[in-house]
Amino acid sequence: MNGADAILDAVRQAFPEGSGVSVAPPSDLPTLRVERGTLLPLARFLKADPRLDFSLLADVCGVDWLEQRAPRFEVVYHLYSIAKGHRLRLKVPVAEEDAVVSSVYGVWKAADWFEREAFDMFGIRFEGHPNLRRILCHPSFVGHPLRKDYDPGQRWLLREGEQHEPEWARTPQEDEDHFETQVLNLGPSHPATHGTLRTVIRLDGEVITQADVEIGYLHRCFEKMSEQHTWNQVIPYTDRLNYCSSMMNGVGYALAVEKLLGIEAPPRAQTVRLILSELSRIMDHIVDIGANLNDLGAMTPFLYMYEAREEIYSVLEACAGGRLTVSYVRIGGLANDVPHDFEEAVRWLLRRIPRLMDDMERLITENRIFRDRTQGVGVLPAAEAIDWGWTGPCLRASGVPYDVRKAAPYLGYETYDFKIPVANEGDTYARYLVRVEEVRQSLGIIEQALSRLSPGPVIVDDHRVALPPKEKVYTEMEPLIWHFKLVMEGMQVPAGEVYGCTEAANGELGFYAISDGGGRPYRLKVRPPCFAVFQAYPHMLRGHMVADAVAILGSLNIIAGELDR
Amino acid sequence: MGGRDEGTRALSAGVAAGAGRGDGSPAFLTTRLEVLLEKARKNSLWPFPFGTACCAIEFMSVMMSHYDLSRFGAEVVRFSPRQSDVLIVAGTVTDKMAPVMVRIYEQMAEPKYVISMGACACTGGFYRAYHVVQGIDEFIPVDVYVPGCPPTPEALLQGVIRLQEMIERGETHYQRAVAAKARSAGEGQ
Repeated sequence: MNGADAILDAVRQAFPEGSGVSVAPPSDLPTLRVERGTLLPLARFLKADPRLDFSLLADVCGVDWLEQRAPRFEVVYHLYSIAKGHRLRLKVPVAEEDAVVSSVYGVWKAADWFEREAFDMFGIRFEGHPNLRRILCHPSFVGHPLRKDYDPGQRWLLREGEQHEPEWARTPQEDEDHFETQVLNLGPSHPATHGTLRTVIRLDGEVITQADVEIGYLHRCFEKMSEQHTWNQVIPYTDRLNYCSSMMNGVGYALAVEKLLGIEAPPRAQTVRLILSELSRIMDHIVDIGANLNDLGAMTPFLYMYEAREEIYSVLEACAGGRLTVSYVRIGGLANDVPHDFEEAVRWLLRRIPRLMDDMERLITENRIFRDRTQGVGVLPAAEAIDWGWTGPCLRASGVPYDVRKAAPYLGYETYDFKIPVANEGDTYARYLVRVEEVRQSLGIIEQALSRLSPGPVIVDDHRVALPPKEKVYTEMEPLIWHFKLVMEGMQVPAGEVYGCTEAANGELGFYAISDGGGRPYRLKVRPPCFAVFQAYPHMLRGHMVADAVAILGSLNIIAGELDR
Repeated sequence: MGGRDEGTRALSAGVAAGAGRGDGSPAFLTTRLEVLLEKARKNSLWPFPFGTACCAIEFMSVMMSHYDLSRFGAEVVRFSPRQSDVLIVAGTVTDKMAPVMVRIYEQMAEPKYVISMGACACTGGFYRAYHVVQGIDEFIPVDVYVPGCPPTPEALLQGVIRLQEMIERGETHYQRAVAAKARSAGEGQ
């Protein structure tokens, strides 16, 4: 059942007119408007009905319409069916004075952190949520920052004594042997967190009996900032989401906005985007594997693999001018064409990286210590992984072959010959194997893409979207006006909404963009893949040793910039 | 700082006198203890990498074989504030993270120095926002600001070299505070 009509028909049969479910005007996805009283039964039905089978809750977010609409708020859910490959959007209107919705945590565990985020950002309460407190902002924060009437520059200070500590961590506890258990903080500044994550664990001897995670230490207000800037100005901010592979964020964002505009980048731009995205994927996996091994005590492989990263940096630098945060994508294409020796440089990488990967694999893949430390550690079965909203390499290591590049191809991925590596064990070792194989598959994709790189423009020839060439701006009147309008007002994106998703290094990276027809996004919600992955982490720790916590964390590849935005 | 310059000169004069003889007799060296200590300190910095965001990835590049910070005597990265003397704040610091950063700075043994790496740590960068510290010098003293978003590895290397020069000349916040204390103690007598 793939067609939008078939999905809506099935829903109409179970929830006829007057039951609180109505079909919204058509947009990019089939959309239902749901009264909040009907939300929970509808959610259960959507997940359980075999024709619909919405197993993955991709995203939950709030939208503030201030005075434009009544009621003021909307809670938006994005659902996906891995088995059927179809999507659905639910919208639940909520009034400001009574901003309460039922929590769908009982249906999809993935709702856990997404609902907490909506509470933090908009003050919408979710009835029945087990742990509804702020997630990104600090405990002393006052107000809800993504509300339209919140001043973006209004800060609140956090003092040392006001930091969050889980309730259970404050009370001493004895185990059966009458030995007191110990509470330990891993982070927010810890060598194995590679960023700013904090895990509080209770230890009985060396075994973890309780764990809680606190995030938001790198919440730098991406979504609020994007509402203050024009559509193209958001691109540098997207670079800093998953900064290990910044190119892919920009591509995902540009594709979503292009969908809203109804334009498509020229073929050359698409191929270059694809090549650099795959190089970024390699770069990301390299840092993840290397850092994971580093935490486990193996420094050498990181040194080998970082060499590959430096080589990829030099190609990105030649194209975009920046090594890490490239800002190379523009809506409608690319900022400029690639340098003349681009193809040669990438071909050299294609010869160099496999050799470094071979070196690394010879050191690690059959290494006894590594296997002992990772096999059977941090196992998450497929059904649970989907329930938590996992996507990307972590989900594929649990045996689910879901990859956006195959399920909903973009940039012409459907025309490339590549495989989706899958492992069935779902443990830390399987996640390592999947990533190594993905690097090799990416190399294959790049090789195919290089042969298709044909000359041509790299940005659309449309004065509403792309800046006109400089020589025209200086000599002709109309291009000067277009240039002025684009710079001063930004491009005018038609009113509407879109959910665009791409396969980033960590999984499904979604951008839910709402335009009110102006030069800036009205609302831009990122669906960060590692946000969903990380919420399962405290639940995976119980019964493991402290050292395993480090091994598992490294294999999940949590990037704070993307996690906290 | 007149006393310091004399000490440096005395060091070079002593070495030159010993080397000039050329007959294998032991060279002598006269200097002041502080000068020797500062030479030692500047050439064996132990950084605490307070990496929070994108800049931490570039910091990694600086540590790896291609750029190799060990050429400047600062490769022994320590994740314990008790064992390090230069705090490299690499990345955005949020209001949630600020108390953690202050605590780490306070835990560091003296003498201690701070390098602020990247636009966010220096000024908040382009995050003029409700949850971002607008420059870490709101909370702790900074000796070297390294601009860039993120700074290139070369820029950070230059920042470390600049810090070394400052240590030698006694210009870091810590050294000036100590000197000011000594001066006011002298005036009190």
